Amino acid sequence: MARQLVRNPLSLLGIIIVVVFVIIATFAPLIAPPPEGHLNHYMIPRDGYSATPQPPSEEHIFGTTQGQYDIFYGVIWGTRSAFQVGLIVIGIVLVIGIVLGSLAGYFGGFVDEVIMRITDVFMAFPGLILAMAIVAVLGPSLRSVMIALTVVAWPSYARLIRGDILQVREEDFIEASRGLGASSMRVIIRHALPNAIYPTLVMASLDIGAIVLAAAALSFLGLGAPEGYADWGQLTSFARNWIVGPPLNPFKYWYAVTIPGLFILFFVLGWNLLGDAFRDILDPRLARR
Amino acid sequence: MADLPAVIEQYGLDEPFFVQYGTWIGHVLSGNLGWSVVVGMSVWDAIWNFLPATLELAIFAAPLIILTGIFLGTQAAAHKDRPVDHGTRVLAIFGWSLPTFWFGLILLMIFYGFFRGLLPPGRLSIQMDLVIHSADFIRYTHINTIDAILNLNGPLLLDALRHIVLPVVTLSVVQVAFIMRLMRSSMLEALGKGYILTARAKGLAERVVVNKHARRNALIPVITISGYLFAGLANGVVITETIFTYKGIGWWAWQAAVNLDIASVLGFALFNAALFVLINLVVDILYTRVDPRVRLGQGVQ
Repeated sequence: MARQLVRNPLSLLGIIIVVVFVIIATFAPLIAPPPEGHLNHYMIPRDGYSATPQPPSEEHIFGTTQGQYDIFYGVIWGTRSAFQVGLIVIGIVLVIGIVLGSLAGYFGGFVDEVIMRITDVFMAFPGLILAMAIVAVLGPSLRSVMIALTVVAWPSYARLIRGDILQVREEDFIEASRGLGASSMRVIIRHALPNAIYPTLVMASLDIGAIVLAAAALSFLGLGAPEGYADWGQLTSFARNWIVGPPLNPFKYWYAVTIPGLFILFFVLGWNLLGDAFRDILDPRLARR
Repeated sequence: MADLPAVIEQYGLDEPFFVQYGTWIGHVLSGNLGWSVVVGMSVWDAIWNFLPATLELAIFAAPLIILTGIFLGTQAAAHKDRPVDHGTRVLAIFGWSLPTFWFGLILLMIFYGFFRGLLPPGRLSIQMDLVIHSADFIRYTHINTIDAILNLNGPLLLDALRHIVLPVVTLSVVQVAFIMRLMRSSMLEALGKGYILTARAKGLAERVVVNKHARRNALIPVITISGYLFAGLANGVVITETIFTYKGIGWWAWQAAVNLDIASVLGFALFNAALFVLINLVVDILYTRVDPRVRLGQGVQ
């Protein structure tokens, strides 16, 4: 599998990008050391209160954005928040999806009917709109964003798992283990799930990018991280008032606008490339022809 | 604050959760979605008020997305594993990974900043806004470009188009990537069929084989994505209209969400869900009409 991953140049690029981001997230305190006496490391240190962004200098490598927040510090620590949001949401979604999906698929009948109708309700909404409504009701915060994205994402996982369990359920080895007197729980965990879980894991790896993107979008809309929190979406929204420079230098504030967005773009791109590669290897059914 | 108990009493806020929910359902079913605080009108009125602007975006974006997506997808499949195919694949992956809100800002930076106001944000410039609100201008549809044509007002049409280019492009990029990939795999399946071999064997030009024989059959499964397309546009409209301060239904929903105007946000979500379900239903019915095999296949099983 490792060889297959490395052979395709696009997958290799994906791996490199994701690894670079993992390194950035792990060594954030070394790359962008928080100033002495800074209590919450996720809050971006600010250098004054002037609104106008300041260009890159020795002190601020990527310059400062509106409100004198240091862009370099923001994007480095923002990598950590991005991983947190992506991995926590996907983790919870996988647990909910796998539990409900296997129950529905394995037992069928009434249980299946109830769980599937619940997924129908959630899937009747366009995703980002449902997420936005949930965040608005819970009150804007990063925690609300994670809850909202979990609520939006779990139904498709439950359905996918259900379908695959449904197929596996009819196999002889399931019959055999049932015949030997194994409990339903044991059959699901030891026999059905291991044969049905790969497509779900592939989908999860493909979805991490999408979830980080959605979280960034919500933060951009002002529904996510509190002001000053290291978050790419919020850094982008700080730049909204500075897309146009003075007449002679229209790109004057380019650093405030482009840099946070490039981090989002490459982070999502890396995960998408990696997810594509996983799909080709693990799930030949979905592989592109 | 002295009125607090009276207000709680009036709105039934001291009732148990499910009683309140029942009240809400009752209101919704009788067509009362509540009051939108941010715009000072009922949620229904707000939806009808802001819908034309969003429809205008959709009218331009949807055909653009569908036509480009189908064209690029066909080309990629017809030239599988050649530069065109690789190029569109890279484009698609970039398209999926693109934060649309950031892309919109970059577009504004170039076409509004660098080109000195060539393609401005907003929906109309101030002078043109006065024109559409003047007495001798009849707003037939509230969709500015169509109204401009119906009123034979050239400058207004030009102004409306200038404002609409960037939002439409922003809205389309991600969707194009999606449809293009779907069309490609559908085309590849069609190209592997026996009737393609027959068509080639009888000496038809490759262009005819691709465009007439393969593409027509490949389009059938693509119909089913109209539902996704709607969802993508509905999601995208919130972000796009916010960036470009294009005052449509998405901009209103954003205003409502950041100002904690819950009734508006719920009304907006409910409205979208209703449309989404309706569109999926129509698609299902259409699908069985266009491809009788779907219906017959189910009968056999």
